[in-house]
Parts: sequence; C-alpha cells; structure tokens
Amino acid sequence: MSFFKELTKGIIKENPTFVIVLGMCPTLATTTSVKNAIGMGIAATFVLICSNIMISLIKNITPDKIRIPVYVVVIAAFVSVVDMAMAAYIPDLHKNLGLFIPLIVVNCIILGRAEAFANKNNVLNSMADGIGMGLGFTLSLSVVATIRELLGNGTWLGMRILPQSYNPMLIAILAPGAFFTLGFLMAAINMLKEKR
Amino acid sequence: MGFFGQLFVMAVSAIFIQNFVLAKFLGLCPYLGVSKKLDSAFGMGMAVIFVMTVASAFTFLIDKYLLVANGLEYLRTLAFILTIAALVQFVEMVIQKNAPALYKSLGVYLPLITTNCAVLGVAILNVTPLPDGSTYNFLWATLNGFLSGVGFTFVLLAMAGIRERLELVDMPKSMRGFASGLILAGTMALAFYGFMGLKI
Repeated sequence: MSFFKELTKGIIKENPTFVIVLGMCPTLATTTSVKNAIGMGIAATFVLICSNIMISLIKNITPDKIRIPVYVVVIAAFVSVVDMAMAAYIPDLHKNLGLFIPLIVVNCIILGRAEAFANKNNVLNSMADGIGMGLGFTLSLSVVATIRELLGNGTWLGMRILPQSYNPMLIAILAPGAFFTLGFLMAAINMLKEKR
Repeated sequence: MGFFGQLFVMAVSAIFIQNFVLAKFLGLCPYLGVSKKLDSAFGMGMAVIFVMTVASAFTFLIDKYLLVANGLEYLRTLAFILTIAALVQFVEMVIQKNAPALYKSLGVYLPLITTNCAVLGVAILNVTPLPDGSTYNFLWATLNGFLSGVGFTFVLLAMAGIRERLELVDMPKSMRGFASGLILAGTMALAFYGFMGLKI
C-alpha cells in the first residue's frame, strides 16, 4: 500500500519543481524543446532512482558525520554513468543538454531526496520515491517545455501544431521566456492552491 | 590585443553578455533564494566570488596534472565536486579561525555554495574547449572564475535591491514570492539581452 503512496506523491502532491521548488536551473535551461526536457527528465530520473536505492542500502553503514560527502560521491558516480552512456548512444541530445548533464550532481532534488527520504526508508520505498519524484520532475519539465516550444516555434516534439501562418514568439525559447513561463505557471498554481 | 584588452573583453562578456545567471541559467537557487535582503545578498555574493576563483584554480590544476595526465577524464565530475566540497569546508574553517567577523556574516552561506551549480559549472566550462577549439590556460581559467563570480554577484545585488523595494508593493497574493521573483528575473534577462549586440 505504502509503495503506491510513495510512488504517486511525487507526481502532483509533492511535485519537486512546482511544489517543493527545487532544481530550478535545469527547469529553465533545458526546456527550450520538449525533446530536451524529456531527455533531461529521464537522465535525472535514472540518477534519482539509482542513488535512492544505493543510499538506502548503505544507510546503516554510513557514519552520520560524513553522510553528505558519501551521498555526493554516490550521485556523482551515477551521473558519470549517464553522461557517458548518453554521449555514446544519443550524441545529439547529449550535445544539446551539454553542461547540464554533469550538473545533475548538484541538482538539489537528488541530494534533497537522499537526505530527506532514502536515508530513513527501506529500499523498496526509496525506489518508489525515486521513480515518483523523477516522473514528477520530467512531467513539470515537459509542461514548461510544451508552452515554450508551442509559443516559440509552433511545434510540439518537433511536430507542427500551429499553422504555418503563425508568427513564432521567439522570446519564448530565449532565456527571458524561460523565466516568464515558469513565473506565470507558479502564479497560476498558487492561485489554484488558494481557491482550494 | 594586449593582456588588459583581453581582460576587458572577458570581463564584459562574463558580466554582461554571457551572464551566468541570466544567460546560462547557472546558480539560480541562491539567486532566487538569497535575494530578499541586500545585506545577505552581498555576503552570499562575496562568498561565491571567493569560492569560484579558488575552485577554478584548483580544479584546473587537478584536471591538467591528475586527470588528463593519467587518462582519467571520465572521473571529472566526481573529482570536481569533491574538490569543491573539500575546498568549501576548508575555506569555512580558515575563515572561522582567522576572521570571526567575516565568518559571522558569511557563515550560513558557505555550505550552500557546494551545491551552487555556478561553481561546478565554471569549473567544467574552464576545461571544456571553446568554440574555436582552444582552451584556457591556468591564468585565464582563474580569471574566468573570478569574473563569472563578479557577474553573478552583480545581478544578485541588483535583484535584491529591486526585491527590497517590491516588499512595499501591493501585489496579488498568488504573485508573491517565487512567481514575482521569476518574472523579475525574466525582465532583467530581457534587459541584458541588449548587451548581446556589443561587438568586442
């Protein structure tokens, strides 16, 4: 029962981006297109699941004082795996995401879940938490990217949605557009929360 | 172009044209989190400049003489984040011992810097080949770290100044906090886009 609770809480109720407000840098930088957003989301999800499992496994033998460096090493190891795998199999996406793949190491979501969840719970629940949080992160990245790609390019995942005559709002896929999109989304979510 | 000419170009580029926060999206957590008060923004900015400069120097040397020399480039992420974490811890201890007054004002921000992606970002960018294929040498890598830190502090202080005044504005409740901060950042990014036209 609790497995499913841990699995689903990350998607809406405790969504890492919109509700807990962690991991802002990739949310803004990699959402220029839906493809990049999904790539980033899956890479982060993989690291999140693996590091949650690993940290939950070693939680009893990790001395409390040096736990943060230990977590960072675990996370960095999995990030290197993702980095090399992506460079080998999907070089295009790897090139687009560039710097932000190694920067998954310092993504607060992953370290945050290690500290707040994985070092207190068993392996199965930690895995569920990792999957849920990862999916929530991927989902919110895709939402931001959908708005930006649709407005800035008239396409979704490369498919043309708006008619050819649509004049693209270039600003949406430039840096300022990222801030505006996320800012207005946050305001909308706050408004919904107030009404409830 | 002489040394100072090159330095000037790098400074303008790091602070205005390719600003770490507004153009490269690095270091957003402290930018949005520690920009509510001017004093704390100043403390955070100074700590970041210091750590970015020292981290650039150390990671550059480690990369060149330890990783590349032994064919261990794939350990870069791991080696860099450990270097930065150790460095931040070390800086914290030194400041605590030798400058208690400074420690009091910077203290709480120092541990946060380990997870500031601007620091790891500049360390990785310093060892990545530039578009024209060349790489930085030790001096330029360190200077790049310093100037990028200055660029970060510059926008952090500007943001804090604006937000201090916005405290008094009657805003809809849903726009308060992160939402207005992000829209403000967007407006700043838009203003900084003007610098892209500079030909240097």
